[in-house]
Amino acid sequence: MTKKLIIIGAGMASGRVLEHLTDQAPGAYDITLFNAEPRGNYNRIMLSPVLSGEKTYDEIVTHDHAWYADARVTCRFGERIAQIDRTAKTVTAENGDVLAYDKLLIGTGSNPFMIPLPGHDLQGVIAYRDLEDTQDMMAMGPDNKVVVIGGGLLGLEAAAGMAARGADVTVVHIMGHLMERQLDEAAAYLLRKALVDKGITVRCSANSKEVLGRDGHVRALLLDDGTELPCDLLVMAVGIRPNTALAQDAGLAVGRGIHVDDQMITSDPDVLAVGECIEHDGAIFGLVAPLYDQAKVAAQTLLGSSGRFVQKELSTKLKVTGCDLFSAGDFADAEGREDIVFRDPARGVYRRLVIENNTVIGAVMYGDTADSNWFFGLIRDKTDISEMRETLIFGPAFQGGSPQDPLAAVAALPRDAEICGCNGICKGQIEDAIAAGATDLGAVRATSKASGSCGTCTGLVEQVLAVTLGDDFVMPAAASVCGCTDMTHEDLRRMIKSQRLTSMPAVWQECGWKTSCGCHICRPALNFYLLADWPLEYRDDPQSRFINERKHANIQKDGTFSVVPRMWGGITTPDELRAIADAADKYAVPTVKVTGGQRIDLLGVRGEDLPDIWADLNAAGMVSGHAYSKGLRTVKTCVGTDHCRFGTQDSTGLGIKLEKTLWGSWTPHKLKLAVSGCPRNCAEATCKDIGVVCVDSGFQISIGGAAGMDVRETTLLCQVATEEETIDVVKAVTQLYRENAKYLDRIYKWMNKVGIDWIISRVVEDAAERAALVERFEVSQSIYRKDPWAEHATERAETYRPVADLSLEAAE
Amino acid sequence: MTHWIDIAALDAIPQRGARVIKTGLGCVAVFRTGADEVFALDNACPHKAGPLAEGIVHGKAVTCPLHNWVISLETGQAQGADEGQVATYPARVEAGRVLLDATFLRARAVA
Ligand code: SRM
Ligand SMILES: Cc1cc2nc3c(=O)[nH]c(=O)nc-3n(C[C@H](O)[C@H](O)[C@H](O)COP(=O)(O)OP(=O)(O)OC[C@H]3O[C@@H](n4cnc5c(N)ncnc54)[C@H](O)[C@@H]3O)c2cc1C
Ligand code: SF4
Ligand code: FES
Repeated sequence: MTKKLIIIGAGMASGRVLEHLTDQAPGAYDITLFNAEPRGNYNRIMLSPVLSGEKTYDEIVTHDHAWYADARVTCRFGERIAQIDRTAKTVTAENGDVLAYDKLLIGTGSNPFMIPLPGHDLQGVIAYRDLEDTQDMMAMGPDNKVVVIGGGLLGLEAAAGMAARGADVTVVHIMGHLMERQLDEAAAYLLRKALVDKGITVRCSANSKEVLGRDGHVRALLLDDGTELPCDLLVMAVGIRPNTALAQDAGLAVGRGIHVDDQMITSDPDVLAVGECIEHDGAIFGLVAPLYDQAKVAAQTLLGSSGRFVQKELSTKLKVTGCDLFSAGDFADAEGREDIVFRDPARGVYRRLVIENNTVIGAVMYGDTADSNWFFGLIRDKTDISEMRETLIFGPAFQGGSPQDPLAAVAALPRDAEICGCNGICKGQIEDAIAAGATDLGAVRATSKASGSCGTCTGLVEQVLAVTLGDDFVMPAAASVCGCTDMTHEDLRRMIKSQRLTSMPAVWQECGWKTSCGCHICRPALNFYLLADWPLEYRDDPQSRFINERKHANIQKDGTFSVVPRMWGGITTPDELRAIADAADKYAVPTVKVTGGQRIDLLGVRGEDLPDIWADLNAAGMVSGHAYSKGLRTVKTCVGTDHCRFGTQDSTGLGIKLEKTLWGSWTPHKLKLAVSGCPRNCAEATCKDIGVVCVDSGFQISIGGAAGMDVRETTLLCQVATEEETIDVVKAVTQLYRENAKYLDRIYKWMNKVGIDWIISRVVEDAAERAALVERFEVSQSIYRKDPWAEHATERAETYRPVADLSLEAAE
Repeated sequence: MTHWIDIAALDAIPQRGARVIKTGLGCVAVFRTGADEVFALDNACPHKAGPLAEGIVHGKAVTCPLHNWVISLETGQAQGADEGQVATYPARVEAGRVLLDATFLRARAVA
């Protein structure tokens, strides 16, 4: 008699087993197929194209009625198996039917994980697993709002599918970037950009707190920051758990999944299992490629030959039209690994290879994945790449030939090849501009606009100049920011503004960074440019700051710190002095010094004590003096009309007002001010970045002084009549400096580049421009005019202490 | 044989940052890179003992806060023209926790 095979679950894995069985030995078994879903095998992974409307359900059915009839498979769809009795070798269906088997194959797949938030059982809260879920989502259209929890593969496919139907979709993701298990920050940035272009709202680092309902139906998702996201449907796509309940009840060995050996046999020799429900050699599975290998082995085992399942490298692609991404292998940095990074900002392409022992072990790609199979092959076969290392990142087309000479390549370009994407300028137009007399980059830019916008084609334009002019053209060696990029600071600032780049990964990608995450030279500059240009959007990154600005204190040569509280305009009180003295005693401060900036420095404070000493100084009303910052330092004053027989205006009062307006602001380099009460200039105002000298008729404002490595006298900007106008001019010039100067240029250096006339034309002569600058300055100060010491002392004190103390424990 | 001990949650160390652990023989800096790997090094630059934990972390290197030597987190070697090396210790991440090799810590303590 033919042996009886019962299969539980008509899924992707068991479907493959059926095919192998009926191909290789039709009739070897009398097969009965149970499926809890009321249908047979279909291509589950194609539910996403069904959702987005690119395919219909009928197109993704893999086995139809005719197929089962042909293969003589008894189908019991819509029937769940309730129990397995391994001693009697029977299964019990939900309706009570008991069927005997000789061999049993479990392919029950997995269950979507539902986060047990309050309200998760409301109507309209669904997972994304089967056709029913898909149909719920297909009902969403332009009148609906949907929230998807989970920014992984499934969540994003769900989001894109519903967005394609016109629904207003928000993705809520707990991690800092999308698809963090498959993508690095740079690729995730490009992906996010593409999704946002599709109208999807993406919220990363967002924690869900509760599902809110009305009349038993979901109405909104509440985040832990208090935001409510209204929705008609809430999709949770946060992970899967192997569906092992049946196997566990039957007493089979189960860990995270049902334990199987290399032949797909469970702890019972007559029971096999395949698919997402299994655990093999410690691993569980969530993609179909390995399931197909398992299916082949399971069929071999059932037919008496012996195959062997071996786990292989996996690769991931996202099935969202227009989001071309690929990820494979292990792409985390680790000991002994190296990165090769390639970015083509114009095409939105990012490629990163991770190399270990001369083999590629991981790859992440976005934008152009045409070569992904080739790279995947290198990973899988552990190919030795030492011979092609230099050109590896460019893909298979570049292997074998000799490395190309970039100039020869440019010379070979046709006249209609586009060089400048922003302005649509072709090589021919640049050649014409050169023929008409433009013999350097500036002139080409001025006459043809080429490289005038984002600047990324600057190198190409220079190459066209070199090819056309031959020896008459000397390639300029413009100093780039650092080894991570070929761009200059000026290029970078232009890109950040013109392309609206508001995050570091955005800059790294769009400006073609050559390293994965910058270095100690470019990151502080970038951090400043981003917060100066986008004070509201960009969040300051402490890890991209030099230690002094990260810990709001000056590091000393022995690793201790100095603490300088603000003394507004150089004025203090007996109470403040007492508090400083108490703090010096309490924290055993070795040196107390009066600085050159009219205030008191506590030198030699231990890093661990910083939050405490700050809290004490805060309690006495003092705040950080920013003696460590590329930002406002001091406003020195003299005694002025209060006491001095020559004083013409209240220089002390104006100095205090200026300091209270400007404090906390970040600038390209440090910013020092002084206000003197008369031209005798006791506050040394004419060697400060911005100096004010009071005269009978008003206030002379001058800028660009210095008294450090360079000693310079300031240049007059203007004279104004009132304190209010003085403050406005100072704010405006500070903002202009902040928006335009190169990082680490003091005002005098910047002024020498742009010219005092240009500054006067904006800040003094153009009232509207001055007002706009003042307004932008105030917007930024709404975020930054606050005491970092208070914030760190209350919220981040812990980070100043050792993360563990093993000195006592290890002594035993 | 390495015997791993649990030091702290990975999240206690900022990405591209470091924290120190006190041991009987001075501080060890535990670094976390942008890609969430961890490295443990003596918290003293080979140049003039600058506190490396306070440096800027980039890729798999840290720049010393005192005079900008760049130190490899993997080997402890100074990069580029500078010469010197600082001791490194086995460290790894498991289930969101940072683990360090206990034997070395004990050795430091009794040394
Ligand atoms: C504490 C103080 C010296 C003092 O005891 O008086 C001081 C101390 C330092 N100065 Fe200064 N400067 C101090 C007033 C000055 C002055 C005088 C002034 O502000 O009127 C100048 C000349 C004026 C000027 O800036 O043009 C001054 C010109 C410099 C320079 C040269 C800047 C330049 O562009 O040439 C540097 C180097 C730099 O910033 O790159 C510098 C850098 C430094 C640093 C931060 C060096 C460093 O990076 O570690 C010193 C920190 C010492 C420490 O261990 O904490 N310090 N420094 C003064 C703090 C003033 C305050 O209350 O905030
Ligand atoms: C929307 C979506 C998109 C995906 N995209 C991709 C992709 O692009 N690439 C990729 O590799 N993978 C993708 N996957 C994952 C892939 O679909 C799964 O890995 C695969 O379907 C798992 O196959 P399986 O046979 O183990 O389980 P399933 O296909 O889930 O089949 C299990 C079946 O068993 C039934 N069952 C469970 N318990 C019982 C019971 N007690 N009695 C009877 N029947 C039972 C279930 O109803 C189900 O029909 C995607 C998944 C989804 C949901
Ligand atoms: S003058 Fe030189 S030594 Fe003195 S505080 Fe300034 S930077 Fe330090
Ligand atoms: S102490 Fe580290 S660079 Fe000098």
